[in-house]
Amino acid sequence: MNNEQFEPTIIGFTCNWCSYRAADLAGTARMKYPPNIRLIRLMCSGRLDPTFVFKALTGGADGVMITGCHPGECHYLEQNYKALRRFHLIRRTLKGLGVEPERVKLVWASAAEGVKFTNEVKNFVEEIRALGPLNWGGVGGNGHPIAAPITEEVPA
Amino acid sequence: MSDKPKFAMYWAASCGGCEIAVLNIHEKILDVDANFDVVFWPVAMDAKYKDVEAMEDGSILLTLFNGGIRNDENEHIAKLLRRKSKILVAFGSCANEGCIPGLANLSSTNEIFDTYYETVSTDNPAHIRPQYRYQMPEGEIQIPVMYPVLKTLDQVVDVDYYMPGCPPESHQIAAVIDLVVQVLQGKAELPPKGTVIGAGGSTVCDECNRKRNVKTITSFKRIFGQPIDPELCLLEQGIPCNGIATRSGCNARCPTAGAQCIGCYGPAEGVVDYGARLITGFASVIESKDPDQIDAILDGIPDPTGQFYRFNLAGSLLKAGKPAWKRNGGNGNK
Repeated sequence: MNNEQFEPTIIGFTCNWCSYRAADLAGTARMKYPPNIRLIRLMCSGRLDPTFVFKALTGGADGVMITGCHPGECHYLEQNYKALRRFHLIRRTLKGLGVEPERVKLVWASAAEGVKFTNEVKNFVEEIRALGPLNWGGVGGNGHPIAAPITEEVPA
Repeated sequence: MSDKPKFAMYWAASCGGCEIAVLNIHEKILDVDANFDVVFWPVAMDAKYKDVEAMEDGSILLTLFNGGIRNDENEHIAKLLRRKSKILVAFGSCANEGCIPGLANLSSTNEIFDTYYETVSTDNPAHIRPQYRYQMPEGEIQIPVMYPVLKTLDQVVDVDYYMPGCPPESHQIAAVIDLVVQVLQGKAELPPKGTVIGAGGSTVCDECNRKRNVKTITSFKRIFGQPIDPELCLLEQGIPCNGIATRSGCNARCPTAGAQCIGCYGPAEGVVDYGARLITGFASVIESKDPDQIDAILDGIPDPTGQFYRFNLAGSLLKAGKPAWKRNGGNGNK
């Protein structure tokens, strides 16, 4: 391992009505936050299919941040509660697969919370940096089927 | 040698249940014999790999391949049969999506060997492990090399058709054989390549006769220990039934008999990741908005990975647990 600092790749899912607006506010106000996060806008955190999270992790992401409106403030009434329940199940499933559940994080941010949003991204980048690269399948995240066959002997 | 079309069936990492399911088609098996020349079927007849190697490429019309790819012998035969066969069918859950043998993808090879060779039920004081190659006075002997993860058939070779199920239901096998016979007689056409055959396009719920209302779950329960309403949807009763994401084709046998669907027919049409679809479904029906209460409800599913990926781990997006692809964990040699 060289001395260069590990730069995690993070996929962030934002909702159209709150957390994307928060990120937008952070942009217009020229707040600084690390460039490690790649944001994808959904109409609602309730649109977040867990498939997206698994696809991100197998495709080279080291962490996934799911964001949405605060509880009780969802534009579609209560879909963010679905995201909350999915988030819990995703974490439990990842744990069963031996993956650190902390690689998936849920953050609520209203359209006014640009500062909160940038702070959450900053913290999450540091948390993932501490966990190290995920390198799913050891293929550097190019999505190949994992684990080429080994032919070395297993020591007796 | 007759001039009938040739038929082969092979088992890789599997239990043999698929072969039994084929024999379970009863007198239809005579149709197989009447229309095909069985050239290779290790469970039913004697044949050597070199006999298959000697065949002309593409000379076998239909090969049913069951079992996952666990070692280099499996892969060798998969590639060999692919070359020799016109139509290669991934037959049964193992070949399609890994099935139960695919659950070994949660553990490293060392962990698997630890369990197999070092636990209390095994008397192995010298800690002997298998050697892939071993020098005997008569020469070197070899056994197949185990891969770090089990792969599905289409992760190794090109597959023409997929036939799911653990095992595929016999009436579905009979229907597929009927179809192939009709194709041979020029009365029907083969479906497009890549089609899932011998199964429905919908979900198990679609075939299930239990009554369904709005689902609001406040606790998950195991199938034993409390009375089960014989008429009502199992998921509504808090029993984690996988029917909502599972492909139809079995006539909803398990839910009809009072047991939850465990998902052996694999993902329904259009589902990319079976477990993810189940997570979506289960999360949607839990009736709680409080994180702590949600946590408590989810404790009712003690093994979510096993619940969501019992049959599908090797064929899922994630394909394996971290110990398997990092090849770490376990004692190895002692």
